[in-house]
Amino acid sequence: MSNSYESVMSRKNQIMKSSVGINYDKYEESYLSFDYERMMSDCGFNLDEVRNIQNEFGVGSTPLKECKNISALARTVSKPGYGARIFIKDEALNDSGSFKARRASMSCYQAKKLGFKGVIAATSGNYGAAVASQAAKHGLKCIIVQECFDSKGIGQPEIIEKARACEAYGAEVVQLSVGPELFYKFLLLLEETKFFNASLYTPYGVMGIESLGAELVEDCLKQTGKLPDIVVCTNAGGGNLTGTARGILKTTKEHIEIIGASVNLKGLHMANDIDFNKKSFTTGHTGFGLPFMINPDRSDVPRSAGRPLRYIDRYVTVNQGEVFFITESLAVLEGIERGPAGNISLAAAFSLAQELKEHQIIIVQETEYTSAGKHHQAQLAFARENGIDINFGNPKDEIPGKSIVFPKTVDLIQAVDLDLNIIRKKFIQNQILKSNTLSQKDIEFLAIETNTSKEYVLEEVQKYHAIVEE
Amino acid sequence: MIKKNSWVQITKEILQPKERSNHLPEPTKQVPLVMWIKGFLLEDSKIGSFVEIKTLTGRMEFGVLVCKNPSYMHTYGEFVPELLEIDRIVKTALFGGDFFE
Repeated sequence: MSNSYESVMSRKNQIMKSSVGINYDKYEESYLSFDYERMMSDCGFNLDEVRNIQNEFGVGSTPLKECKNISALARTVSKPGYGARIFIKDEALNDSGSFKARRASMSCYQAKKLGFKGVIAATSGNYGAAVASQAAKHGLKCIIVQECFDSKGIGQPEIIEKARACEAYGAEVVQLSVGPELFYKFLLLLEETKFFNASLYTPYGVMGIESLGAELVEDCLKQTGKLPDIVVCTNAGGGNLTGTARGILKTTKEHIEIIGASVNLKGLHMANDIDFNKKSFTTGHTGFGLPFMINPDRSDVPRSAGRPLRYIDRYVTVNQGEVFFITESLAVLEGIERGPAGNISLAAAFSLAQELKEHQIIIVQETEYTSAGKHHQAQLAFARENGIDINFGNPKDEIPGKSIVFPKTVDLIQAVDLDLNIIRKKFIQNQILKSNTLSQKDIEFLAIETNTSKEYVLEEVQKYHAIVEE
Repeated sequence: MIKKNSWVQITKEILQPKERSNHLPEPTKQVPLVMWIKGFLLEDSKIGSFVEIKTLTGRMEFGVLVCKNPSYMHTYGEFVPELLEIDRIVKTALFGGDFFE
């Protein structure tokens, strides 16, 4: 059996099938559609069972904290009577330091249940430490594959810290230079070890977050007597937003607005060896957020359980300088020192709060741990070493890869709306590239996938002269 | 000479530029895909030599020996004084201009 790049990639489906224990073929329905809900429910855990498992393994029940000073700061620049109450769900307090513990808990539980000897995850983010931590609890071997260095061996401080954390929990860490062929090494490792693929995008990886959505609704009701008006989710691969929204929908019938937030890294190519160390965020950015929203099935499993376009009501971006600014503010105004990537949605919430009245509530659904490397101080120092200009001004003037602009006044923190209609249309266009013939089932599927209507989908489909069966 | 059974880091080029994916930006296309991995050294060896290691999950990997007892040297970096200016901006906005008096 050849281990050349092409040869290994051609074995992808076969390797994936045996490493996640899910036969994705059985959920395929028509030319494009598949039965998402059946795929989720077939995994055999309902929300109560998820919560029980997580409770047993050091995950969940994190505190919801009101950021009174941050809210008050937002009110200094709001219209009179405006400036919502901002709360954070302090997910940094999960074992391993982020909400990713929720996702890892279900993957590792399932791996153990199915009799796998170990787990593998391809991740440069907090998910690595989360899988390593949960694997440790279950006595599973663990390999984390990271995109960590540029070709000269210069590493992103944030990712180097995560490698340390993975090793602290006893995992083997395979570190790679920049490039999507990380997936090639990942497949080789799955084939060699026959370990479980603890992908972020299996139903386990997403159902684990449903508990977060449920908890924040319950916590908010308990602490304030009201439901939140808005929940802001940092969006990258889409699993976080999807799982949170699903958990909320399972807990309340009232509509809560789900807003996705990503760091704007426009112009930086994610697979570029030079751009790699010019960015200060390795996750939660538009470089993942947009492509995964337009095509969720570009992940490492045939059908991703993270499908954010089904649930998102609004999608905003913030700039790197705004997130670092709010991260510093969280420390000095609230006495809560957390990692910057977890505060992307807090920066967005600070801006969104100004649109709501004082009695209304915004929940930021995560925080992450901080440490050497994975701290705004470390990441800014690294940016400066890499020639990035750091200054005060209007964050709108920030050029990713060239500058980081802190707002010179608080009112300049302004989340920017992305047009979800453009994203929805791109999603449909992308689907039609897969099949130019569509059944009625496909039309219904695309309407659900884009959270629109059959009429909306038909109008789009006609633009591309697709054939719609009666 | 690094002794057998020492904890070491090795590196290996796992795809040469011509073997890499066709869909890559130019700067990435021009360099190999490189791996770094840690494990226990199987034979006494010199830094820079081609060696075999046993990883924490019991796998064998080959590559060029980089160092013994690879350390975590990442830090908080050189101090970024702009953070103090952020503190001033937000505290002044919230608590008034005399907060730092």
